[in-house]
Amino acid sequence: MLKQLEGSHAVAEAIALCRPEVICVYPISPQTHIVEHCGELVRKGEMGNCEYMNVESEFAALSACIGSSACGARTYTATASQGLLYMAEAVYNASGLGLPIVMTVANRAIGAPINIWNDHTDSMSMRDAGWIQLFAETNQEALDLHIQAFKIAERLSQPVMVCMDGFILTHAYERVDMPTQEQVDQFLPPFQAQQVLDPVNPYSIGAMVGPEAFTEVRYLAHEKQLQALDVIPEIASEFKEIFGRDSGGLIREYETEGADTIIVTLGSVAGTVKDTVDEMRAAGKKIGVVTVGSFRPFPSAQLREAVKNAKQVVVLEKSFALGFGGVVANNIMMSLQGTGIHVHTVVAGLGGRPITMPSLHKLFEKALADELEDMQFLDLQWDIVNAELARQRAQINSGPVAESILKNIQVDTAYGGAASHAAT
Amino acid sequence: MNKPSQRTAADMAPEQKVKFYQKGTFTVGNRLVDADSRNVQSSMDRSNAITSGHRACQGCGEALGARYALDTAMRVTGGKMMAANATGCLEVFTTPYPETSWQMPWMHSLFGNAPAVASGMQAAMKAKGKTDTRIIAQGGDGGTVDIGFGCLSGMFERNDDVLYICYDNEAYMNTGVQRSGATPGGARTATTMPTDADHPGNVFGTGKNLPRIAMAHNIPYVATASVAYLQDLEAKVEKAMSFKGARYIHVYVPCPLGWGCASNATISLARLVVETGMFPLFEAEHGAVTSTRPIRQRVPIEQYLKPQRRFAHLFKSPQGQEAIEKLQAMCDRNIKDYDLLRETEETPA
Ligand SMILES: Cc1ncc(C[n+]2csc(CCOP(=O)(O)OP(=O)(O)O)c2C)c(N)n1
Ligand code: SF4
Ligand SMILES: [Mg+2]
Repeated sequence: MLKQLEGSHAVAEAIALCRPEVICVYPISPQTHIVEHCGELVRKGEMGNCEYMNVESEFAALSACIGSSACGARTYTATASQGLLYMAEAVYNASGLGLPIVMTVANRAIGAPINIWNDHTDSMSMRDAGWIQLFAETNQEALDLHIQAFKIAERLSQPVMVCMDGFILTHAYERVDMPTQEQVDQFLPPFQAQQVLDPVNPYSIGAMVGPEAFTEVRYLAHEKQLQALDVIPEIASEFKEIFGRDSGGLIREYETEGADTIIVTLGSVAGTVKDTVDEMRAAGKKIGVVTVGSFRPFPSAQLREAVKNAKQVVVLEKSFALGFGGVVANNIMMSLQGTGIHVHTVVAGLGGRPITMPSLHKLFEKALADELEDMQFLDLQWDIVNAELARQRAQINSGPVAESILKNIQVDTAYGGAASHAAT
Repeated sequence: MNKPSQRTAADMAPEQKVKFYQKGTFTVGNRLVDADSRNVQSSMDRSNAITSGHRACQGCGEALGARYALDTAMRVTGGKMMAANATGCLEVFTTPYPETSWQMPWMHSLFGNAPAVASGMQAAMKAKGKTDTRIIAQGGDGGTVDIGFGCLSGMFERNDDVLYICYDNEAYMNTGVQRSGATPGGARTATTMPTDADHPGNVFGTGKNLPRIAMAHNIPYVATASVAYLQDLEAKVEKAMSFKGARYIHVYVPCPLGWGCASNATISLARLVVETGMFPLFEAEHGAVTSTRPIRQRVPIEQYLKPQRRFAHLFKSPQGQEAIEKLQAMCDRNIKDYDLLRETEETPA
């Protein structure tokens, strides 16, 4: 059924259709509307016997999920940013224990300075934690990915993180096609746990493993990720059979045919990138796009195949490995090793800075003219950076960096105004 | 593995002769009392939550406490129970894969999250309509009063149907005897070394009285217990299991290795801590104390301190003497607050 819904509400309704048994929540912007709406649906009796737990921290939220999932209950939570870091220890634990929890990450920057707006630093910080990480491009896809996520998680007995851009998707009202309960029931069978705490057949979960077997246990967790490279597309096609649309999968190609330059990106910015590419294609430029749908497992082979005829790849990412460079770009360089395809890193959209079509036009033209640096920051204000560096050189007690920058900057009311009443 | 090294053990535990009975206690062998006053462990068909063969040190109070507590819970639930365990000695000495002492569904996740894991387990049981399967969470004093405190308070505040059992050996034993929020003033630990007379062990603060903090949540049942009084512990676990909602039992469990006491001093120290007034045994329901165990023979604190090397330095300096006086004052205060010297007809088990 077509509905005009806020992204967060669309996700909450999709969760309800998946018949979760336990939902554990702790609020953080921009995830709040998802868990609020889940709570409302539980209270209205629209989620059967589902237990909705308000807990005292994200660490407790995911820990409670661990307990409930180990008892064989279909379990869901959602978080973002500081919340994801606050539960970090449990994030690794959930995957180490092989518990098929589904968690939404409403992607948001990590402080300091505290910032509630979108980038991908939060989920990227957990990239090695053993969770499957899927990235949604649109609200429709966010909704669809959650339904697929339970199936992927339960088939592999591994947790799945569905990443959707905070505010840009979570708070945007869009038309979505909401599946029926019958469709979802047909797609997603009841949860059958690989391991379950049960007095009838008691066993110990989570005991210590020493050097004699730790490497093997970790390798087998990696093996699960490798299996996911098959399972994710399989489940995307099962999804298509029942729901009639393409959603999910490992990567998506757009105008890659005959493209010399391919932009690789992930998340909602793919829309703006595709619009820009459309205009450039219309002007005869050989440029295309690949969107990464699954960041973990990383679909190296599929990516290599998709860009094999290009001369260069421009990775546009909302994450940044300080002291090194791009996070996604690093993965892509590794995937393209030996192909001779040049990879450029563009860090963009940090802490909610808009990625605009004019900026992308300039960036892509530069790439086509073979003038793009290896590492580039989109719309970085060098004059401000240089002025601050000079000030720090001149003065030892130069004070908090962020404050002095903002004193010297012409604050655009769009940011300053929002910041003054931001819900953190 | 975080176990303290052998060297520390040898260094701290005095040599001891093996004894076949305990002198100076009121303990009566099971065979000498009426069948219905015998403790559960003497029964042939007793439940068995933690089976033998685990790696706890000789005389470990935690192993004893956990066994009695969980066997009781297992008996009263007919085996329909499972446990979430915090990281710590109990977790380590009962497991490393492929071995396990646990004869019941048991899960270890992290150091600081056992109460939350248990909350999730009881939520799953509710959702599945299996609320007759009861949930227990357990951890050491560090896992309970320090790192797991937030999760514990949350579990209490929501009144989740979980019995939390804290095994208090007054320090982080698993990592080699460091100070926790439950370490008493004056005690030597690896992070509160009595380097000189001006530093007589652990600082004195206000302490973190977790049973009282638990009571402040108005949860249905709170109790303290000591492994010197095993039938009392069994009775309290049984009582706890008769309530629904959040429950808390704080069990005093001597640690010969961490305290530098003889392995066969576990029971006597667990008794002395009660008889000095240092660790009052009581029960509370919905935030109000409902019973206390009177002291039969009042004992000065020195008698409790002396067999433990962790307090040896206190007897060597005026500052140490001051610390002993402070500890005695704490006992006196407990005796007054809980009216522990009252005349009584009761003959406690
Ligand atoms: C987050 C985290 N911090 C620290 C540790 C190290 N650690 C493991 S067990 C332990 C001590 C446990 O002390 P306690 O809870 O009192 O239990 P005990 O071993 O004394 O029974 C510590 C500090 C850990 N495993 N995880
Ligand atoms: S160190 Fe203490 S608590 Fe740990 S096993 Fe030994 S006696 Fe028990
Ligand atoms: Mg301890």
